[in-house]
This record gives sequence, C-alpha cells and structure tokens, in this order.
Amino acid sequence: MSAVSSNSFARSNTAVGLFFMLPAAAFLLCFLTYPLGLGVWLGFTDAKIGRDGIFIGIENYQALARDSVFWMAVYNTVLYTFIASVLKFGFGLWLALILNEHLPFKSFFRAIILLPWVVPTVLSALAFWWIYDAQFSILSWSLMQIGWIDGPINFLGDPNNARASVIAANVWRGIPFVAISLLAGLQTIPQSLHEAASLDGATGWQRFRFITLPMLTPIIAVVMTFSVLFTFTDFQLIYVLTKGGPVNATHLMATLSFQRGIPGGQLGEGAAIAVAMIPFLLASILFSFFGLQRRKWQQGGQD
Amino acid sequence: MSIAEQNAPLSDDAQGMSYLNRLPRRIVVIYLPLLVFVFVLLFPFYWMAITAVKPNSQLTDYSNYSPFWVVKPTLDHIKYLLFETSYPGWLWNTVVVSVCATVLSLAASVFAAYAIERVRFSGSRSVGLLIFLAYLVPPSILFIPLAVIVFKFGIYDTKLALIFTYPTFLIPFCTWLLMGYFRSIPFELEESALVDGASRWQILVRVILPLAVPGLISAGIFAFTLSWNEFIYALTFIQSSENKTVPVGVLTELVRGDVFEWGSLMAGALFGSLPVVILYSFFVDYYVSSMTGAVKE
Repeated sequence: MSAVSSNSFARSNTAVGLFFMLPAAAFLLCFLTYPLGLGVWLGFTDAKIGRDGIFIGIENYQALARDSVFWMAVYNTVLYTFIASVLKFGFGLWLALILNEHLPFKSFFRAIILLPWVVPTVLSALAFWWIYDAQFSILSWSLMQIGWIDGPINFLGDPNNARASVIAANVWRGIPFVAISLLAGLQTIPQSLHEAASLDGATGWQRFRFITLPMLTPIIAVVMTFSVLFTFTDFQLIYVLTKGGPVNATHLMATLSFQRGIPGGQLGEGAAIAVAMIPFLLASILFSFFGLQRRKWQQGGQD
Repeated sequence: MSIAEQNAPLSDDAQGMSYLNRLPRRIVVIYLPLLVFVFVLLFPFYWMAITAVKPNSQLTDYSNYSPFWVVKPTLDHIKYLLFETSYPGWLWNTVVVSVCATVLSLAASVFAAYAIERVRFSGSRSVGLLIFLAYLVPPSILFIPLAVIVFKFGIYDTKLALIFTYPTFLIPFCTWLLMGYFRSIPFELEESALVDGASRWQILVRVILPLAVPGLISAGIFAFTLSWNEFIYALTFIQSSENKTVPVGVLTELVRGDVFEWGSLMAGALFGSLPVVILYSFFVDYYVSSMTGAVKE
C-alpha cells in the first residue's frame, strides 16, 4: 500500500483520516484543549461564580505568592508526591518480585492484589476514614490490645499524623498499579540471563542489581511518571479524609484549587492554583520522555 | 490473551532457578511478605463489609464484642440505604453515565485510532503524540474551566454534563490502547481487502473490528471503570441529589452532621464497589492487559 504513493491517493488518505478523526477531535478540542486555554485565561482574571471576570494581569499569582496557605499546599503536594511515590515504588517493586516467583495460585494472587486499584477511590477512602476514626479506630484498638500505645491515635486531627495517614492510604491504593505493571516488565526479562549470571557466580543481589534493574529501567520510568502525575494531582483521598484540615494543614494544590474555586466561588484564584501545577506536571512528563529514550540502546539499537 | 502472557517466557522456562531455593527460605522471603501484602491490601474491604452488616450496638462496643467479627449480622443498614435514601437512583445515574460515556468514547476512539494507525494521513504521527499528551492532562486542572463551559452550554447539573466531559480522559486512553491493538493486525489483511475493492469503512467494520475485539473489551471495561470511579467532575458539575453518582452521593448525602452512620456508609461504599469488582472478576486478564498496555507502549 505504501508503494502506491501517487499524489491523489495521499490526498484522499488525508481526507479519510481527517474524517475519521473528526468525532474524537471535536470532543477533545471542545472539552480538553479549550478548557485548558480557558483555565490559563481565568487565572489572569477575577472571575467569580455567576460573573465573568475582567483581565487583572498576574494579581492572582501575586496574591498567591503572599498566601501562606498556598505555600503550605505546595509544600504538602511535593512532600506527599515524593514520599508516596518512593513508598509505592519500593513496595510495588517488592511485591512484583514476589509475584514473579514460581507460586501456587499466582493468577489468583495477581487478581486480588489489583482490587484496591479497581474499587472507586472515594469509597475505599471512606473505609480508611472509618479505620482512622478518632475514637473507634480499629488500628488504635489493635495497637492498644498489643500494648504498644496507651490511648487512641488522633490520626486525622493532628497535621503530621494526618499527612502520614493520607500518604498511607495513597500508598495502599497505588501499590497494585506499580506492582502489576512492573510484574509485566519482569516477565519480559529472559530467565537465561539470570542462569548465565549465577553460573558466573553472581549473588542474588548482584543479579537483581545488574540484570533485573537495568532491564526494568524503561518501564520503571514510565510507571513512576504516571504514578507521580496521578499522585501530584490527587484530589479524592484528601477531600474525603481531611477536606484539607486540620486548619488547612493537609491541603494539596488540587484540593485548595477546588476549595477556593467552587465552594469559595473565586474561579479566577482557583484556576490560578490549578495552572501553578502545570510546571510540575511538565517536568515529570519531560522526565518520562527521557526515560523512554533510554529504550533504544537497551534493546541493542542505535541511539 | 493478555500482553503480559504473550511476552512471558516459554512455560517450561518459567520456573527458572527457583527450585534452587529451599522451602524454609522461601517461606521467609516469599510467602510471609506475600501474606502481609495481601492482608494489608484486603483488610479495608473486609472492614467495609463487616461494618456494613454489624448491628449498631456492636459497632463501637469493642470490649464486649470482638471488632473483627459480627455476632448477629443485620441487613438494617442495607435496607436503610436502599429504601430510605436516594441510593438506588445514584446507582442508576452512575450506570447511565458510565455506559453512555464509555460507548461514546469507544466509538470516537475506534475511528481515531484507525485513522492514526492505519490511514496514516499526513501528520498522523504528531496527532498520535498529541493524544498521548492529552492522556496526561489531569482532571484536577480542568474542572474549573470545564465548570464554566458546562454552565454556558446549559447542561450544568444534568447527566449530560458528565457524559460529555468524561470522554476527555476516556478518549485519549482508549485511542492509545486501540492504536496498540490495531498495530498488531497484519497489513496484508487490509491490503487484500483493498484489492478486492473494499472501502475504508468496510475494511474497518468487516476486517479490523472483528480482529480487535479483545482490545475493544479491554478499552471498554477499563473506560467503564474509570467513569464509574470518577469523582471531581461529578462533584463539581452536579448539584441536585437526584442527578448524583454513587461516589458523590455517598460522600455528600450520607455523611451529615456529627453522628456518622458508619453501617450504612460502609454498606453504600460496598454496594458502590461491587459492580466494578464483579466486572473486574470476569475480565481480570483484560484489565491487566489494558493497564500494562497503556504503560508499555
């Protein structure tokens, strides 16, 4: 087909291609590209709910720069993303390595491990809310029975406890995705490499460090970019568990943007906070891009 | 049928060198951590289920009843949920919105993926890249401008608002996934159909789609799950109780005041999770392939 590259054929191809692209393009332009632009524009206006704003330059951003709650949200978001991603990666890789072993009921384990990721986040977050209850937390009760603590832990009432609690819930939800994706990557590594290495006297750690890890790097890069992206823009867990409290101490940028924009009615300011997330997102997408680039030489091709 | 399985080494090789490990070592290194992982990952669901059937008298009375078990399970919470709240309506809304958004996105994505992958019009590569970038745009930076747009279109507080906005994250995902599936279908099939005088439309419907059924199922159930689980758009665009979806309804209407009805709250969470879990249990391999497929491409 590609051999027949007469001019009219190419032109008809373009027409057919554009025609087939039409529904998807219409949707995405209308509900993705346009809102993205509108969001950037709203960030430069003082729009409120029920009133079109006027252009006010970077006043929203100047106000945010002086706003300690905003900086707290930025700090929380970076901290939350960093700690949760590191933990998700560590536990996820561990779980993937376990599942890659020869196990009975392997597909059954693989199926149930993915459950936290399938269930709606809000609904599992409700279960965590109940687990983190200030008075009747099952965690506190169990620890008290063992004798490790004297009174119930105030999981969500104290800023640092609350941060740790939401990070734990996020890690719980994120492990399956990382583990199952990395497992798919692990299964593409030929066993013969491991056998050859152990014949040469490599220890288990050396085989992991010099075979598994390098072979897995491209997939790790992509999986972790997705994970970072979704953790950074997380909204649901915080909204259910703390609503940003106590006293704005656990707001992420997404929840602060919602808080200011929708219940607070300050669409312009909310949009400005959302726009402030974009540089971080771009940074992680670029990271993913360069992560993907490494694929070629790892598959033995030219750079 | 999953991609993972296709790429897996030959089965006689799968055991690798694991026979070299002796049993006690395997128990400590593999089975014990696995048990801990499974316990931690599943405990919240157990807790959800056990709370949903616990009578209120046992719910917080940890000294007389073991909290991990229930003595006389009750259906009161579930009855309350189904007959005294708008829960059935929310379930129905979620089904309608998820099915419509999924069908809409799948239809648009099939055409788009076919055009990008097989028609190869000029600029198709960069369109493919744009689709991937669109997949990376998170809802949390779009919901404020989208709320403005939805309001201007006059569909604020209707199911249409959700049906039209969910495809913003479904179409990029489905297109990306289907592109991978279409790529695996041999060109020769299409060429012979072209030689026989089939039009592009006939090729798509008669040749490509029947071969891409596993891909369609993967994309479909995954898109359904994503729309079922969606929260921030539904929270922002829906005001009235009768149009809410399950996640929003449970959170905004069942949680009220200082007295938490933990029993009915957990029953609501359980019943809202069951449909996707049941769907998932039938199509585990398709889920895994769509998840790893999206990452690996």
